[in-house]
Order: sequence, then C-alpha cells, then structure tokens
Amino acid sequence: MKILAVAEQRQGKWNPLTWETLVAAQQLAEKTSAELCAVLAGSDIAGLGEELSARRVSEVLLLDHPLLESYTADGFTIALRGLVEQSSPDLVLLPHTYQVRDFAPKLAASMGKGFVGDCVGYRWEADRLVLTRQMFQGRANADVTFAGPPPWVASFQAGAFRPDQVARRESGQAPVRKIDVDLKPEQIRTRPLETFREARQAVDLTEAPIIVSVGRGIKEQANIALAEKLAKLVGGELAASRPICDEGWLPMDRQIGSSGQTVAPKLYLALGISGAIQHVVGMKGSRTVVAVNKDRNAPIFEIADYGIVGDLFEIVPALIAQLENPQP
Amino acid sequence: MKIVVCIKQVPARDAPLAIAEDKIWIRESDIGFEMNEPDGYALEEALRLKESRGGEVVVASLGPERAKQTIKEALAKGADRAIHVVDPGFYRLDPLASARSLAAVIQKESPDLILTGLQSDDHGFGQTGVLLAERLGLPHSTIIMQIEISDGKLKLKRELEAGWFQWVEMPLPAVLSIQSGINKPRYATLKGIMAAKKKPIESVERASLGLPDEPTQTIERIFVPQKTKHTEFLDGSPKEVAAALIEKLRHEARVLS
Ligand SMILES: Cc1cc2nc3c(=O)[nH]c(=O)nc-3n(C[C@H](O)[C@H](O)[C@H](O)COP(=O)(O)OP(=O)(O)OC[C@H]3O[C@@H](n4cnc5c(N)ncnc54)[C@H](O)[C@@H]3O)c2cc1C
Ligand SMILES: Nc1ncnc2c1ncn2[C@@H]1O[C@H](COP(=O)(O)O)[C@@H](O)[C@H]1O
Repeated sequence: MKILAVAEQRQGKWNPLTWETLVAAQQLAEKTSAELCAVLAGSDIAGLGEELSARRVSEVLLLDHPLLESYTADGFTIALRGLVEQSSPDLVLLPHTYQVRDFAPKLAASMGKGFVGDCVGYRWEADRLVLTRQMFQGRANADVTFAGPPPWVASFQAGAFRPDQVARRESGQAPVRKIDVDLKPEQIRTRPLETFREARQAVDLTEAPIIVSVGRGIKEQANIALAEKLAKLVGGELAASRPICDEGWLPMDRQIGSSGQTVAPKLYLALGISGAIQHVVGMKGSRTVVAVNKDRNAPIFEIADYGIVGDLFEIVPALIAQLENPQP
Repeated sequence: MKIVVCIKQVPARDAPLAIAEDKIWIRESDIGFEMNEPDGYALEEALRLKESRGGEVVVASLGPERAKQTIKEALAKGADRAIHVVDPGFYRLDPLASARSLAAVIQKESPDLILTGLQSDDHGFGQTGVLLAERLGLPHSTIIMQIEISDGKLKLKRELEAGWFQWVEMPLPAVLSIQSGINKPRYATLKGIMAAKKKPIESVERASLGLPDEPTQTIERIFVPQKTKHTEFLDGSPKEVAAALIEKLRHEARVLS
C-alpha cells in the first residue's frame, strides 16, 4: 500500500492541520506497512520541504511551480492529479481545510473517484479502511468505506488527531524530490487576488480570562442582554457562535470558531450553542468549559467539563440571581 | 441572466434524531423538514441578482416527494420555476451520484450561474457544489460571502480561516457555494405564496436520467457517537444547579473568584 499525505502552506506558513493529517497517515502507514510520502504544493517551497523531510516519511514530494504560488482549484487539482497518476497511491489523505474542501472533491471526481471529507477517525478492519465522519451537525457519526478500486481520497477534521504526535525520523532526513508539474496559465480559470481582514478587530477576545458565549438558543437579539449581564457579573467578555454574528446581533469580531477567533480562556460558558466543529475548534483549548443546552445529545457536551441540560432562560437568570445574592 | 439554485430539504434543526432500522438514515415519521440553511442564503443571493440584472431563477432539488414543500417555499420567495429530481432513496446516493443527477438536469438549462449552499445539515458532505462544477466543466469557488458581476465576470469574496478573506475573479458561467451570513434572506409574502401556486414544478424521476449507479463510497452505518469525555452533569431545579455550578467553578475548577 502507498499513502500520500498532503501538507498545506500559505505564503510560506504551515497550516497547522498539516501535522494532524500527517499523524493519521503515519499511524495508518505503520498499521498497514504502507509507504508514506508527504506532498507539498506551492512556489519556492524547498525550505518547507526540508522541514517535512525531518518527519517520519519515506519521501517528500514537492509540487513547486510559479503557478502554484497562490492557491487555485484548477492549479492544485491538475498538479496533484498529475502526481497521483504518476505515483499510483492507494490513498491520498488531506487536512480538511477551507482550501482542501475547495478542490479535493474535484480532484477525486476528475479521476472518477470519491472523496470522503471531514473524517474524525478511521479503523483498519479486515483489510479495508473504514472512515468515520459526522452527519446531522455532529449529532450522529457515519462509518464510510470506499467502493471500487483506488486511488481513494479522504480528509481529516481539525482536532481528529494530535499534532504533537507527529513522528520524527530517528536520524537523517527523508529524500526530497521535485516533481515535474505540467501546468499552463490558460488551464487556470480563476484569478486569486489579495487576501484581507475586515475592519480592525475592536476586541481581542484571546486575552479574556472568562468568556460567556451565546448561540442560536438565545432566540432573539433582545435576549443577548441576559448573557451580557451574566458576563458582567463574572467579569467576562461576551462572544457568540456564527449565526448570532450572521444575524448582526453581535459584531463579527466576537465570533468564535474556524472563521472567527480562537480563544483559550480559563472559563468558557456556552449558552445555547450546539457545538459544531467549526465552533469547537475556536474554543476547545479553554481550561474549563460549561455548557447550558436543552438537548442532552448536543455535541457541545462532548467537550464540556460541567453540563447543565435545561432551558437557558431558566438557568441564566438563576445564575445571575445567585451571583447577585448568594444563597446557600 | 439565468441562475439555478440547488436547494435540499433537510430535517428541521430541532428535530429529534432517531436512527432508522436500515442504520443508514433516520426515522422520518414525526419530524419536520426545512430548507437547508445555506441554501436559503443562496436563494436570496440569486433573487437579488435577478432583481438587479433581470433574468430567471430556477430551483433544482433532488429528494423524495416531501421535498416539494421546500421547493414551494422557494417559489413563494420569488424563484420562477423548479425542477424536482424525485428519488425516495436519495439518501443512499453518494455525493458524486447526487451531483451527477443534479448536473444532468442543470445542463439542459445552460444557466449563467449556479448557486449551491456550502454544506447540507444532514449528510454534510460539503462537496456537491464542487462536484457539480467538475461534472459541468465549469470553474467554481466555495465559501462565498459576496458576489459582484461586471463585464460578464465574477468578483467574489471568499472566506478563509480565522477572519481572513480573499477576492477571487472568474468568468461566467460558474458554480458558487454560498456561505451562511452572506445576506439577510427574505420571508415569503402572502402574495408570493399565492403566486407560487401557479409556478411550474417539473418532476423528473432520477431513475429516468439513465446515470451510472456504482457508488464511489458507501455509508455502512450511522450511529450516535459514544461520549469520550467525562462531563459532570448538574441536576436539580434551576436555582439548585446555579448554586452548584458557581460553587464548583469557585472551589473545584477555581476559575471564578
Ligand atoms: C466553513 C464553515 C465555517 C464556519 N465557521 C464557524 C465559526 O467560525 N464559528 C461558529 O460558531 N460556527 C461556524 N460555522 C457554523 C457551524 O457549522 C454551526 O452551524 C454553528 O456553529 C451553529 O451555531 P449554534 O450552535 O449557535 O446554533 P445551532 O446549531 O442551531 O444550536 C443551537 C443550540 O441551542 C440549543 N437551544 C435552543 N434553545 C435553547 C434553550 N432555550 N436553552 C438551552 N439551549 C437551547 C439547541 O439545543 C441547540 O443545541 C461554520 C460552518 C462552516 C461550514
Ligand atoms: N439532494 C439535493 N438537492 C438539491 N441540492 C442539493 C442536494 N444535495 C446537496 N445539494 C446542494 O449542495 C450543497 C452542499 O451539500 P452537501 O455536499 O451535501 O454538503 C447544498 O447546500 C445544496 O445546495
């Protein structure tokens, strides 16, 4: 068996999910005695290739081409597909980043293959790969297998593997090989322009020791005041899940999650937040997580230290009352 | 301009989840269904483009008979007509087979623009839009937060991680996957609901499309995940749990003074 693990960089900086996928690939390679090659696409990436070659992989393959400097779905698909056709791996593993979700389905489909995206784990069972991915917003999991012959393409969700478990080589470095990329400007139909951030962040939630965060369970904009009052009493900052910011009930710079801020306060109070992975990646480093949710099966309880199953409109006023007027 | 919007009907967000006997879908009795959230944003975007540039908005939906209800909602909000690819066993299809089915009916329309949601709330494949583009031979972009059109060209604001964005340009026709929050979707008006009754819904049996059936991937079973973390659940009246929580945060976790 042969596995390609695709790393990701932008403007010379690693996407940290790279290491999680490499861990998944290393562990699977060990289990199946497979050959593992790390792959990186970009322009002028020899230095990053060196870094990869210190990890436990049999080879580092670089798709190094001026037209791969900025990500495009066409460019990355053509380059990776060329490599897959040349090196015939059984499995291509990628980190489930915003970039990967933009091209991996296309890469697989262009070869008539399937892409199993956003997996949270895998099992090697009776000589076949069983992938687990979430459905129904994390309320259920599905075991998924590939049908038909390889190559198979899959990606892993943020947090599915621990990046600090990446195995380094005991000595020396893996060979680094530059792969010929056959890519012409006219094959790329999209033109990436500048990257930017919206107006400067007014609040820096990363410094807040306590965060009270509201989700769609808060129901209406007027009810935010309730959470705000609680935040004041505990000396915390107010934050929110995406739908609350989408509605404009709180400004974007208070959004926690993959598209917003990543925080690690000592206390994170999640009120009426379901715990979708895109939210959880932004707060799972919190020391203590408290979740108030009326649904006992809400995924937020998977990462909560203290859980209260109940109506936040009963629980939060009770918390406020208790803080204002402590009663034994 | 002619815009096709792909709309999926999904179980309502707050519907209780019970796994069906076949272990690959959920029990549909007693639950409500609704329009997949980002698809509502995609529809709104299509309606606004039509209002500013003229043209037609066509809804494409693959699903069982019940999906008609969501299709009608889209027509009531202002879409002009719909194509319903009917398949009671739609949930058995892998993403490529779903995309092939939708692509087959969309191709006949030769639209200028195809919009999908970013991700479905039920299967959550997050890939149908990209697959449609591949099947139709069109360029695409995903996680779109703004669409501008000038001189037959698209200028798109694409979301990147951690609060970053990027502008991307591409020619029309194209396929775009729309992210929730791009706009403020409208509600259907009574007038819209009345008008929708006369709008055409073309039903096409998926089986009649004559598409290859071999899947590229198979859902073996779905299950409720085992909790791996030990959460301490606090029970009692609101007053009791409030007191217990504050006590624990102060003296056990020591995160509150
Ligand atoms: C590419 C991408 C990027 C994303 N980025 C982000 C991001 O950065 N941040 C983010 O947060 N999300 C992000 N999302 C969205 C994410 O997938 C979820 O849709 C979102 O986090 C859900 O928000 P929520 O938990 O507030 O709402 P819901 O999922 O609707 O959950 C509401 C919860 O409130 C509970 N509830 C309802 N009423 C009450 C009550 N009275 N008392 C107690 N509990 C109640 C319900 O049981 C439910 O669990 C992203 C999605 C995608 C696809
Ligand atoms: N059965 C379907 N009918 C219509 N549109 C669909 C269907 N499945 C997926 N889509 C579209 O593709 C998007 C992404 O879905 P998914 O790939 O399942 O996450 C959805 O938001 C819809 O716009």
